[in-house]
Amino acid sequence: MQTLTRVRAIVNEQPVEFLCEPRQSLLECLRDILGLTGSKEGCNDGNCGACTVILDGRPVNSCLVLGVEAEGCRITTIEGIARGTELHPLQRAFLNQAALQCGFCTPGLIVAAKALLDEDPDPSEERIRAFLANNLCRCTGYDKVVRAVQDAAAAGREEVPA
Amino acid sequence: MSAHGYKVVGTRPVRPDGADKVTGRAAYGADVHLAGLLYGAVLRSPHAHARIRRIDTRGAEALEGVRAVITASDFPPADAGRIIDLGEGQQTVAEVRGNMLASGKALYKGHAVAAVAAVNRHVAEEALGLIEVDYEPLPAVLTALEAMREDAPILHETLTRKELGTDTGEVSNVAEHFRFELGDLEQGLAEADVVVEREFDTATVHQGYIEPQNATALWNQDGRIHVWSSTQGAFVVRDTVAAALNVPVSRVKATPMEIGGGFGGKIRVYLEPVAALLSRKSGRPVKIVMSRQEVFEGTGPTPGSHIRVKVGARRDGRISAAYAFLAYEAGAYPGSMADCGAMCIFSPYDIANLCVDGYNIVVNKPSTAAYRAPGATNAAFAGESVMDEVAERLGMDPIDFRLRNAAHEGTRRADGPKFRRIGCVEVLEAMKNHPHYSAPLEGPNRGRGVAVGFWFNVGLASACTIGVNADGTVNLVEGSTDIGGTRASIAMQAAEVLGLRAEDVHPVVVDTDSIAYTAVTGGSRTTFATGWAAYEAAHDVLRQMKERAARLLETEPECVEYQDGVFRSGESRMTFAEVAARLNETGGPVTGRAGVNPRGAGGSYAGAIADVEVDPETGRVSILRFTSVQDAGKAIHPAYVEGQMQGGSAQGIGWALNEEYCLSPGGAMQNSSFLDYRMPTSLDLPMIETVIVEVPNPGHPFGVRGVGEANIVPPPGAIANAIYRAAGVRLSRLPMKPETVMEAIWAQRD
Ligand code: FES
Ligand code: FES
Repeated sequence: MQTLTRVRAIVNEQPVEFLCEPRQSLLECLRDILGLTGSKEGCNDGNCGACTVILDGRPVNSCLVLGVEAEGCRITTIEGIARGTELHPLQRAFLNQAALQCGFCTPGLIVAAKALLDEDPDPSEERIRAFLANNLCRCTGYDKVVRAVQDAAAAGREEVPA
Repeated sequence: MSAHGYKVVGTRPVRPDGADKVTGRAAYGADVHLAGLLYGAVLRSPHAHARIRRIDTRGAEALEGVRAVITASDFPPADAGRIIDLGEGQQTVAEVRGNMLASGKALYKGHAVAAVAAVNRHVAEEALGLIEVDYEPLPAVLTALEAMREDAPILHETLTRKELGTDTGEVSNVAEHFRFELGDLEQGLAEADVVVEREFDTATVHQGYIEPQNATALWNQDGRIHVWSSTQGAFVVRDTVAAALNVPVSRVKATPMEIGGGFGGKIRVYLEPVAALLSRKSGRPVKIVMSRQEVFEGTGPTPGSHIRVKVGARRDGRISAAYAFLAYEAGAYPGSMADCGAMCIFSPYDIANLCVDGYNIVVNKPSTAAYRAPGATNAAFAGESVMDEVAERLGMDPIDFRLRNAAHEGTRRADGPKFRRIGCVEVLEAMKNHPHYSAPLEGPNRGRGVAVGFWFNVGLASACTIGVNADGTVNLVEGSTDIGGTRASIAMQAAEVLGLRAEDVHPVVVDTDSIAYTAVTGGSRTTFATGWAAYEAAHDVLRQMKERAARLLETEPECVEYQDGVFRSGESRMTFAEVAARLNETGGPVTGRAGVNPRGAGGSYAGAIADVEVDPETGRVSILRFTSVQDAGKAIHPAYVEGQMQGGSAQGIGWALNEEYCLSPGGAMQNSSFLDYRMPTSLDLPMIETVIVEVPNPGHPFGVRGVGEANIVPPPGAIANAIYRAAGVRLSRLPMKPETVMEAIWAQRD
């Protein structure tokens, strides 16, 4: 058994503290220690994006980050996207566009898309496709996913008071 | 109900499981957590073909944190020859067990040979390294044509070749040679003015679902086994676990978790019995989740194939004869779906004289599994490439040529049955009339191609119960796991019958103890068959609700009319909700139920129009525009129908251009990660335009045909034909990756 390290971080606006092994990934810590199973493991080697979380403002594959590296970081997971009892515009848009079939890629896609919209509230189709190219979806062919992000971007722009 | 009068069918409500799936709350197989849970890991063969002389597990057992180690010898005794129905195919107990844990021989690189349960996944993985296996490597055979040779290494000493229905007794890698025949092929070829014959090879590809296989099992102290997993069929899991472990089905309860994609690949059971054996040995629940490498190396890809097609046509544009030779790699165990390829390859056409020879061949690759219209895509790539060339030789437009020969009601399929009402002509006409087909395509190195495809769709058994709530809503209980929105499409059919809103029907997918037998989510059957069960159960509810309404309205049930959510008798009226609120005073709860096994599955045709650009320097093919057309029969939830068409098209595009198992000469997969096994990303695809054609299936109350599969069939052929128009080369090999395209361009320049 390896020695455990104490990690303190802010996850979905809440301070958390947990013990993990140095070899455990952030994804493993989120899922198995903190019980935040919304982030998914599709490959565990940085090639599917199902585990995407926002770490200090940037989208990362949490399977490629060690739990111990999260010390002092601010992390947003899919569980932290909704605004209280209201869905985030991206979540609403994914539902209205039927942009998910099995839904396994969806947490990663929504988190990645949020990182995109935080940075660029009016992305072109090309920009959306390039930004989401790290997130594999095998079910949808991406058409409705791209449209959902476009819709959410439009809704988000409307929300900002003129 | 008139076709135009539907209130719910044909609308696009938000799916009932939607909120859970966009907030991360939906529980998939790997999310299962139980008190005292152990983590399992599987040791896999490094050789594609090897005799297993000895397995020494002592080192692993001695590692701190390890709770159980098992091998094939831990399976309880059973009748190895017993046949299990897997929903889309049958296998013997020996084959099913053999693929879960090898016994005697490892038949492919990645074949499971032992498993460990430990306190966490890292300890379990460490323990695998301490298991010593003494292998005697054997020569491996990796392609259908090699495996057919007389001197080929033999995989199974007990497998004998079946020749046109009779067992020859001869030990062989060819499990079966079958033939479908109509008319007189030679006669038809003699009548032809144009004959085109070509050979094709298609690579092994994987379904590529993003969620890896997983299973959690608890072998309880009372002898009951409970398994949780991501599966296309909870009852297949139950029955397979029972057969593999030789216990009655009633001792097994299978709980289907949310499933992260399947496409046919999550029908077969790999892990559940292994987890159950580890649980029995350790006395604790055990969870196993595959790594992506294990998914590629240890779960069913779809067969690679070698295909030869010969088509003859007369100058008047009619096809007079067609022949296909389909040699499909089944992988390590028999069962390649070559028969499905043979049923589908010429199904878009009305051809008097045809013959298909099919071969089902074992090779040292993972045991293949269904993949969306299994067997049909390989065949259609070959068939549609040849049809395109025949049309060209006749000087005909490729869609006009197909329309001239299109299958219709009464046309006979290669394997015998006559089509009922089908939508082949309507699909072709929709392609022809689509603005995409007539849009100018300018610029060098660009080309447009078309192809069509067919999938027969299946019926199979489904059960459904509906309970009425006091607030006028209903709960719908079903056993079909929901991969792509079928909770919605099933609930909507019940809502239509009940005159309720879609959101007033709450569907729930339950475990095998909570609903009667329901076959797999596969064969495009769920909206068709489980939807039909929901339709019948809803009618059962309505019949009972009419009786209650009659009591409250003080009349006879025959005198009660029901429309738009209102019961009427003369001037008096009560809404569904008003009657629902008074069930307890009128006789107690109302439950509707139905079990169906419908025979009227209606085949679905799909077509694709692809515009490509070929880079003449690198051979890279870009998809500029893509349109998918499919006959849905009736689209219950059109957005999810479009989603199926777009997803199937994207998979077909990946199959056409990039995806393949790259094997070393020894049979080890060289690209078993998503980095190297290149599936389409959002950047590789344009928007995918869709046209839903609706030629109602006479065998379903709403006309549903099923839409999950036919859409993957045409893309490789359409893209090959587009590449021909862009670059002047006809490709005969999938994937049409840059080097394949370049080789063809160079060969043409020489
Ligand atoms: S699980 Fe992290 S990228 Fe696939
Ligand atoms: S919805 Fe299934 S992988 Fe994206």
